[in-house]
Amino acid sequence: MSNRLPIGKPIAIDVIEESLYEVRQKIYPRSVSGIFARWRIVLVIATQLLFYGLPWVSWNGRQAVLFDLIQRKFYIFSLVLWPQDVIYLTLLLILSALALFLFTAVAGRLFCGYACPQTVYTEIFMWIERKVEGDRFARIRLDGEEWPWSSHKWRLKITKHFLWLVIAFLTGFTFIAYFTPIETLSTAILHLSLGPWQTFWLFFYSFATWGNAGFMREQVCKYMCPYARFQSVMVDKDTFLVTYDKIRGEPRGSRSKSDDHTTLGLGDCVDCSICVQVCPTGIDIRDGLQYMCIGCGACIDACDQVMEKVDYPKGLIRYTTERAIEDQESNQSAIRHILRPRVLIYAAFIAVLSTAFLISLATRNPLRVDVMRDRGALAREVDGVRIENIYRIQIMNASEHNMNVQVKASGLPDLLILNSQGQLVTEIKVGPASNLLMPIKVSTAIGINESGNYPIHFDVLAQELSGDGMIIRTREEKSSFIIPR
Amino acid sequence: MSDFFSSAWSNYIALVSLVGIVWCIWLLFSQRKAKVLHTADGAVADTGHVWDGDLRELNNPLPRWWMWMFLLSCIFALVYLVLYPGLGSYPGILGYSTDGALMSSMTNANNELKPVYAKYVKMDIEQVAADPKAREMGQRLFLNSCAQCHGSDAGGSKGFPNLTDGDWLYGGSPENIRTTIVNGRAGVMPPFPQLDDKQIADVTNYVRNLSRLPADDLKVARGAEVFKANCIACHGADGKGNIVLGAPNLADKTWLYGSSEAVVIETLTKGRMAMMPAQDKVLSSEKIHLLTAYVWGLSNNKSAAK
Repeated sequence: MSNRLPIGKPIAIDVIEESLYEVRQKIYPRSVSGIFARWRIVLVIATQLLFYGLPWVSWNGRQAVLFDLIQRKFYIFSLVLWPQDVIYLTLLLILSALALFLFTAVAGRLFCGYACPQTVYTEIFMWIERKVEGDRFARIRLDGEEWPWSSHKWRLKITKHFLWLVIAFLTGFTFIAYFTPIETLSTAILHLSLGPWQTFWLFFYSFATWGNAGFMREQVCKYMCPYARFQSVMVDKDTFLVTYDKIRGEPRGSRSKSDDHTTLGLGDCVDCSICVQVCPTGIDIRDGLQYMCIGCGACIDACDQVMEKVDYPKGLIRYTTERAIEDQESNQSAIRHILRPRVLIYAAFIAVLSTAFLISLATRNPLRVDVMRDRGALAREVDGVRIENIYRIQIMNASEHNMNVQVKASGLPDLLILNSQGQLVTEIKVGPASNLLMPIKVSTAIGINESGNYPIHFDVLAQELSGDGMIIRTREEKSSFIIPR
Repeated sequence: MSDFFSSAWSNYIALVSLVGIVWCIWLLFSQRKAKVLHTADGAVADTGHVWDGDLRELNNPLPRWWMWMFLLSCIFALVYLVLYPGLGSYPGILGYSTDGALMSSMTNANNELKPVYAKYVKMDIEQVAADPKAREMGQRLFLNSCAQCHGSDAGGSKGFPNLTDGDWLYGGSPENIRTTIVNGRAGVMPPFPQLDDKQIADVTNYVRNLSRLPADDLKVARGAEVFKANCIACHGADGKGNIVLGAPNLADKTWLYGSSEAVVIETLTKGRMAMMPAQDKVLSSEKIHLLTAYVWGLSNNKSAAK
C-alpha cells in the first residue's frame, strides 16, 4: 500500500491493527496566567452575570426577558414580540452568523476561546477542579491512585462533584427561568411542586451542563461542533491565529541557560512542553493550525512566561497571521491587511442588516389588523334599502398599553359599520397584549352601484394610551364587498 | 388492526426492521479494529487518498463514547419496537396509537374545561345569557360551529335563518333552541307539480299579500282558494305557520329564500329542502348549553347588546 502514498509525504513504516474506537485520553490542563487568561476570566464573569442575572431583572412589573411559550409572547424589555415577528429572530440569527464569519476572518475562533458556553462552563468547572484537587500534576497523581480509593480521594471527588452539580443545577434553573417566570419557578422548586415538563428540562439542562463541562469538554469541540470543521474555509493568510513561530523556534531543544543557543544551532523553543500541558484540547500548537485549536491563547500566556524566564523575547507563540510569519513581518504591519474584501463585505452586510433590524424594530407597528369576509354568506338585503356584507375583524394589540380603536371602511359610497347587535361601531377597546375578534356588518345603500365585486379597504386608527400620553397607530386592510344581482 | 392486505407484509416489515438493527450492531462490531498505517514518528499516516494536491484523508479512530452512543441507539430501537407499534402490525406493549392519543387529549381537554362550564351548567338559560363572560364564550363557540351557515353576526343568509330577528321557524323558547341544536332540523317544503302556472301565480300573489307586499287583487282573490286547498295543512289557515313542522309564518316580513314573485314561484314549483345538522355528537352538552343561551340572547336579551 505504501507505494500509493504520494511522493514527498511521510512514508508509512508500520501497519498496526488498532481499535477504531479510541478511549478518550483525559486531559489535565495546567493552570495558566497572563493577559489572555485574564481576558477569559473577564468574559466568563461578564457572560455569566448576564446569563444568571437577566431573569431577575423586572421591567414594567413583569420579568424583563421572558419567552412565554404557552402564551406565545416574547418579552424583551419594552418589546413584546408575537409569533408573527419571527422575522426578527431570523434576522438576529443571520446577524449572529455574519458576526461569527467576520470575527473568524479577522481573528479566528475568538468566540470558541472566550465566549462559547462550552468553554465558559468548562473554565468554571476546571477552576473548581483546580481548587479542590490541585493543579495538573496533583490531579494526575490523584487519578493514578488505584482502587480502593483512599478517604482523601473520596473526599476530593465528592466535593468536586457536589460543587459541579450545584453550578449545573443553577444553570439549568436559570435556563428554565427564561421560559417560566423566575419567581413562580423558585416558589415551585421550594415547594417541590414543579410541573413534569419543567422538572424534565431542569434536570436535562443540569445534566447536560454537568456532563458537557465536567466530562465531555474538548470532545464537544473536536467531534460535535460543526464550527471546528468549517472554520478552515473562513480563515486566510491574513487571519490572526494562535501561531507558533516555526522560523524562530526551530530547531527546538533543551539547553542550559548559560549556553548561547545560536552557536548550538538551536531555535528559541526550549521544548519545555508547557504549551502542550496548558492546552485544554490537548494539542501541540507547534504542529501548526489544527481543527482542535479553539484559539484560547493559553499556550501564548504559558510560552511568554517561559520566554521571560530564559530571557528570550516574548511572542514565540502569538496571535499573528500566516503572511506575517512567512514574510517575517511584525504584527503592526500585518494588521494593515485587515481591510481585505471578505472582511469589508461581511462588515458591510452586518452594518446594513443591523441598521435595517434596528429601524424596523423601532418603527414596528404594534397594531395589527386582519379582516376576513364571511365565506358562507355572500351578501344580504336589509329592509329593502341597504346591502350588507359580513366580516370578522381581528385586532391585535402587541403593545403593553390599552388601545382605543376606530374603524372606517372606504371604497364604496356611504359605507356603515355595525356590530352584530346592529349598533354603529364607534370605538373598540383592546387591552394590552391582547387580541380581539368581532363580527361586523358593513352596508351600503342599494342602487348606487351595479352588482359586482368591489374592492374596499378598512382604515384602522388606534390610540395607544401609554403612560406618557397617546401614540397614534394606523393600519389599512384590504377586503372585498359583494353587491348581488 | 392491520394496515396490510396480508400478514406476510407485516412479517416482511418486521423482518426488515430487525435485520436492519442487527446489521447495524454487526457493522459496529466488525469495524472495531482496522489496520492503520503509521509514520516513522508514530503518527497516523494518510490512507493514500489525496485531493487538490494536499488534502489528505487520515484514518483517525472515532471516540469510544461515540461507539457507546451508537449501541445505545440500537438498544433504544429494540426497546421502542417492544413498547410502541413499529414491528409490522404488532401494536406494542403500551398499546399506543395516534388515534388513542388524540382521543385521550380531547378527553383531557374536556375534563380540564369542565370547571369553566360547571358554573353555567347549573344556571338557567336566561341567567347564562345575561352573563358577559358566558356570552363571550358563546360567541367563540358560535363562530367556530355555527357561523359557517348563519354568518358571523348570526344574521343568516338565503336559506339559512337569521337568528337575531326574533322570528323562529321551530320556536324561540330556550327548550326549542336546544332541541334544534341537539337533534338538528330538516325543513321540507314539497313541490306542487299538480298546480298549473295560473294557480301558481294566483297563490304567489296571495302569500305576498299576506305580508303586505304589492299584489294583484284579482289573483289574490283567486289564490285564496288554491291556498286553502294546498297550503293550510302546514302553514295554517291564516298563513301564520306551525313551529311543530317548522312551517314558516307567511304573514310576516321574514322570507328565508326571498319574497320576490320569481323566488316564491320557484319555491312553489321546485320545493325547498333545508337542513340543520345535529350537534349532539359534535359538541359537549356544556357547550350546547352555552350556545343555546347565546343564540337565545341574540333576540331576547336587549340589555346584553353592547
